[in-house]
Amino acid sequence: MTALAYHLQIVNLLAALLLLISFAMLSQRRVVGLVTLFAWQGAALALSTAIVAWSTGQHHLYYSAAMTLGLKVIAMPWYFYHLVKKLNVNRVVEPMINIPTTMLIGIVLVIFAFNLALPISEMSGTVTRSTLGIAMACVLLAFLMMITRTKAIPQVIGFLSMENGLFFAATSATYGMPLVVELGVALDVLVGVFVLGIFIFQIRETFDSLDLKHMEKLKEK
Amino acid sequence: MSHLASLDAHVLDLAWAGVLYWLGVGFSALLLQRQHGLLTRLIFPLGALGALFMAGIGVAGLLLPASSMVLPIGLPDLPFHLRLDALSAFFMVLLGGAAFGITVYACGYFRNMAAGPLALLALWYHLFLAGMVTVLLADDAYAFMVAWEVMALSSYFLVTTDHKIPEIRRAGFLYLLIAHIGAVALLLTFGVLQGGHGDYTFNTMRLAEMTPFWSSAAFLLALFGFGAKAGLVPIHVWLPEAHPAAPSPVSALMSGVMLKTAIYGLLRVTFDLLKIQLGWWGTLALALGLVTALYGVIFAAVQSDMKRLLAWSSIENIGVIVAAFGLTLIFHTDGKGALAALTLTALLYHALNHAFFKGLLFVGTGSVLHATGERRMGRLGGLIRTMPWTAWLTLIGALAIAGLPPLNGFVSEWLLLQAFLLTPGLTQPYLNMVIPVAAATVALAAALAAYVMVKFYGVIFLGQPRDPALQHAHEASWPERLGMLWLAGACILLGLFPTLVIQWLEPVVLMLTGQRLSGISNWLLLTPVSAERASYAPLIFLAGVTAVVALTYLWVRRVYHGRVRRSEPWDCGYPEQNTRMQDSAEGFGQPIRQIFEVFMRVERETPDPFDHHPHYHGDSRDKLWLLIYQPIADLTAWLSMQAARLQHGRIQWYLIYSFVTLIFLLVLTR
Repeated sequence: MTALAYHLQIVNLLAALLLLISFAMLSQRRVVGLVTLFAWQGAALALSTAIVAWSTGQHHLYYSAAMTLGLKVIAMPWYFYHLVKKLNVNRVVEPMINIPTTMLIGIVLVIFAFNLALPISEMSGTVTRSTLGIAMACVLLAFLMMITRTKAIPQVIGFLSMENGLFFAATSATYGMPLVVELGVALDVLVGVFVLGIFIFQIRETFDSLDLKHMEKLKEK
Repeated sequence: MSHLASLDAHVLDLAWAGVLYWLGVGFSALLLQRQHGLLTRLIFPLGALGALFMAGIGVAGLLLPASSMVLPIGLPDLPFHLRLDALSAFFMVLLGGAAFGITVYACGYFRNMAAGPLALLALWYHLFLAGMVTVLLADDAYAFMVAWEVMALSSYFLVTTDHKIPEIRRAGFLYLLIAHIGAVALLLTFGVLQGGHGDYTFNTMRLAEMTPFWSSAAFLLALFGFGAKAGLVPIHVWLPEAHPAAPSPVSALMSGVMLKTAIYGLLRVTFDLLKIQLGWWGTLALALGLVTALYGVIFAAVQSDMKRLLAWSSIENIGVIVAAFGLTLIFHTDGKGALAALTLTALLYHALNHAFFKGLLFVGTGSVLHATGERRMGRLGGLIRTMPWTAWLTLIGALAIAGLPPLNGFVSEWLLLQAFLLTPGLTQPYLNMVIPVAAATVALAAALAAYVMVKFYGVIFLGQPRDPALQHAHEASWPERLGMLWLAGACILLGLFPTLVIQWLEPVVLMLTGQRLSGISNWLLLTPVSAERASYAPLIFLAGVTAVVALTYLWVRRVYHGRVRRSEPWDCGYPEQNTRMQDSAEGFGQPIRQIFEVFMRVERETPDPFDHHPHYHGDSRDKLWLLIYQPIADLTAWLSMQAARLQHGRIQWYLIYSFVTLIFLLVLTR
């Protein structure tokens, strides 16, 4: 591959950063730290989207970038900080599987994702196609995080982080979805966060804890 | 003929208008939820008029050439196609004629029901009628399946009218389940029939070239699907449960008419949509039909619930019809067109007869049920004195179903036996050897059916009342009597003028087999094959019977001693006679139960000798339930239990399920 234009190099750098943050989130034990990492991930995503918009002239991507910035970097992290403070749950929590093992599984997933993205990125005609593998890896890692956490807030963050990965995949493979779809998705995510916030309060009220293990009691005998 | 030609173009429009009319009547019943009087005095009579109209359309359809139309409703690019040809027209006459009597009866039968449920019942009732007519008119698989499902669902709601009783809910569920298994088979039938064209109109299916293998697949699926609706053994189990559960006019409609839509479908698929027919299909249908007939009549003989008895008897009649269907196929594929025509005539005739006499018997039991509140025959008896109308009209139905001349049941069974007697003309020696056994089986089933009817009629209407309360049983109301009169009248007329009926069936027979009956008949004498071979003159027979009865009566009254003496009959030296000494329903069926106990699961409770209030309970159940259905139900329950293990209640596990699925699918698409 010949030398890339500098803005594409920046996009690649940001993609690598996204993947790094995903791994960091996998290993982070504190809820507040997790929220901070989530905000950084959103920032990296917004920046890369803006650069792609600038380099390709796809104007609607500017709106997407602004939306990401507003929702995922400012509004939601603020809401989570508020939630953590109010519920007083900023303790170290042990994940189900210990962290080194999780990391190893994560590496396997990244290799799998790259392997998977190879034929797709060959078909795609976008300048950012090489980052598709990273985007898929982000999705899988976020999913893994949801599996390994037993507390409610980390799960919600895992869910949102998965959405970040999907968004990044859409930008890198096809320069984003049509604006209407993106607006719809953004609205869904916003509503989802509020609904999940309400659930978190309800879970706490019912079980006196945010540990989802207690939900086993709901199983039908 | 010019007025006929103009009618020709519009007869299908009129039929469709009739369907819409029924829908309108049904939905307007919902608006009259508080007007009880209007519901029984307006809605049901209007529905009955619709039935008469449909019968008229059917008669017109038999006289006119086939016509078809495309309706603007349905999915985009998938409109409903309708077609009225001789076959649909014949079944419309059957439907309209029987439904008219039954609906007139329903005007009186439902008078004691609360207005709210009655309005709903009227809606389902008319939807059911409209669905059945649309099944007959449909000319593409899509319209057919939609109408078929409307028919199944509305009849489900009719069956579960008394949904507060758990057994009725259970019966309804069983009915719905088997109806849907059958519907899946039908869907697959049409899938096979369209032969990869992706066009589901019947016209394309008629033209499709198919290999014998795929034709057989379509036939077997159709036999299963329509068999589930008709009640062929071993998919008959819903029938003895659902028919007694429904209100009597609904049982009459289901048994008399709905089962015939399955026969219609079988004929339509086999003779019209499939281009080729194979001989072994006929052998299979014949064998299944005979097993069903025998099985049905044996179980009818041991029942002690009057509606359940009639339901089993319906299974028997369907068995006879399917056996006739099989024989038609055998003759047809063997190149014996005239004999196929004869057998098909017998089949159609029997279907028509069964609609009337079974409808009549079911509504008769409805009147008994209303008057006494009792379905167990062990608690009835002697009702001919308190309910003479019901009793005498039911007697006509019972004699007709027992196959006694000069009523209609005799004609069709006689025609069928004639067809069986002509099988030595077949070219396959193997079949030639086996078919006499089949003829014997049909004769046995007919004889046992007569036995069943003696039991049915004797235990309910004759003898002494088994319960003192029965002396206050009230007679059926006038609309009920009128409805029964119509059905009984049809039984008599169909029996007295068979040659007219057969002439009138000719277009259908000609359409399906391409042949007409060879025998020359006039209005008095029915000779299906040739005058030397066999002939039947119902009017002369009736005149003879009437003359003998009248002469005997006169002889006894005038010449012998001329007085009427009333005394205790048959008391044979017993000082006391009470009603418990009469032959009971269980007792009457006991010989049959002894002989065929292998097929039954008998539950018996006999009283202790020192019991002050002796109680006897005996029930003979279907063994196939244990042999076939119970294992399937157990397996399903076991599989569900295994699947329930997936439910851990831990959100992580659920996430892992989705994660693994995701990874698996990604690997798969790779």
